[in-house]
Amino acid sequence: MSTLIREARASYAFVERNINLIKRYWGWEIVWLSYSVANSLAVTYIGAGMGYISGQTVDTQFLIMYLLIGTLVWHFLSVVFDVVSETVAWERWEGTIEYTLMAPISRFTHLVGTTLFSLIYAFFHTAVILAAVVLFFRLDLSGANLGGAALVLLAGSVSFIGLGIVAAILPLLFPERGAQMTHVVQAVLLLVSGIYYPVEVLPDWLQLVSRLSPATYVLRGMRAAILDGAPLVELRATALPLLVLGVVLVPLGVFVFQQAERFAKRTGRLSRDG
Amino acid sequence: MLPLKDEHVALRLVDVCKTFKREKRRKGRWPWQAPHADETATLVRALDHVSLEVRRHEIFGILGPNGSGKSTLVRVVSTLLLPDSGRVEVFGYDVVREEQAVKRLINRVSVEAAFFKKLSAMENLIFGARLYGLPGAEARRRIVAILERLGLDEEATYQPVEDLSRGMQQKVAIARAFLTQPILLLLDEPTTGLDPRSRREVQAFVRELRDTHDATILLTTHDMQEAEQLCDRVAIIDRGRIVASGTPAALKAQVAPPDGAAPTLEDVFLALTGRPLVEWADEEKEVVA
Repeated sequence: MSTLIREARASYAFVERNINLIKRYWGWEIVWLSYSVANSLAVTYIGAGMGYISGQTVDTQFLIMYLLIGTLVWHFLSVVFDVVSETVAWERWEGTIEYTLMAPISRFTHLVGTTLFSLIYAFFHTAVILAAVVLFFRLDLSGANLGGAALVLLAGSVSFIGLGIVAAILPLLFPERGAQMTHVVQAVLLLVSGIYYPVEVLPDWLQLVSRLSPATYVLRGMRAAILDGAPLVELRATALPLLVLGVVLVPLGVFVFQQAERFAKRTGRLSRDG
Repeated sequence: MLPLKDEHVALRLVDVCKTFKREKRRKGRWPWQAPHADETATLVRALDHVSLEVRRHEIFGILGPNGSGKSTLVRVVSTLLLPDSGRVEVFGYDVVREEQAVKRLINRVSVEAAFFKKLSAMENLIFGARLYGLPGAEARRRIVAILERLGLDEEATYQPVEDLSRGMQQKVAIARAFLTQPILLLLDEPTTGLDPRSRREVQAFVRELRDTHDATILLTTHDMQEAEQLCDRVAIIDRGRIVASGTPAALKAQVAPPDGAAPTLEDVFLALTGRPLVEWADEEKEVVA
């Protein structure tokens, strides 16, 4: 029990520290949130403009909602990735990574603490964007199963955490550009997961790859919940592969991170100068 | 408190080696181009068959110039570097196989005070304390007491670390290490760059730690006066090798300056290595292959 309490305190340490950092960089947070809202509005305007572009009658509301869900999931995923990888990169930059890795906590606790904050932060950001776009376009969400959509996103978060941990090895090993390298993982997920289009338009081999991306199932589940108002019973079909992926990806992520840490300790890459 | 496997020897290094590989490429050559004959990687031997024992409650100094392997030694003991060969034990626990146990017994202060510079000293220290399982209220109580003892006023405690002087930052770093009550404290050049007053305060605190707490201290320095004043025993490290060890008095007894003056540790250095300590300060590490 005392071990559990100690590990829980250690996990909370990362959440508390990152909240303190947000308070210090509040100006940047406002800029980032404004950028995110503007970016999401720009994407959803593609839906609004599709009728003009094609010269045909289209269901504008549906298209806006379809793209909105894509942009929300993409933003959520990006925030989780960015926070996890930037936290490691930041610690490397400040030189505190050595002290964090010296602490008598399991790597699982360390990474759970970091990713737990990223989830809280990503949920907050996504909720603000959703509210802004809904108000801007006066969208009708009365038929949407918002609770079900949130549950799907939560189920998908476990897998996103696993992927985020895998991506965090890049800033651990490459102090200068490691955080930016994680964009490769994000770009692949953007391409194959059907963020702004159905995966069915992809070539067959990319459709196969899309089955390995948790974002594919999150998008499918959220679109079913918000566009069709699918009840929880129907959402189980998308939640199941998400949970399976999460069960595989989180331990895999921790294992890969531990191997990277061991490599860094063998080659002397943990010190500030790399 | 973790039961100790060895009650008497705080730190034991047996035949420890650590070598780093440094890539060497000519300017303008692309990474995928085949290397020239003079572009082969060089190996830097940072620790060369190092063996030493630090007894419990000792202040043990590692004296050597920059690049001699002092920080590598501390990093190996801190579990931040894996030795290529040899054995390192902290109170009987192996630093590689029993890493978590070792981590509960040690803490470290490095030459650079590494913090989240925008956060206050209190926020940084609370973070460190929670990682070691301390509850927030208990951590705050200890932080205030330690910083007060180190001469840091309450106002400074709540300022961003970036606004504190180098000396104050180093005191906060010492507080972070002591906060977790380690029984082996690794001080890697803790007074480098400090003004004389801060240096004296830190040195007094180190002595107090040893005298009033169950702490063993491994101190690296290239300040001979500091080594002489603080350390019960000293090991001299030169290019990754321990060339001598003993009490400062015993080491000094080994040499007799030609002018008949009382010998210093500087003279010991000169006699054992053929060069003065200061001259090497910024030399490159030894290239062995």
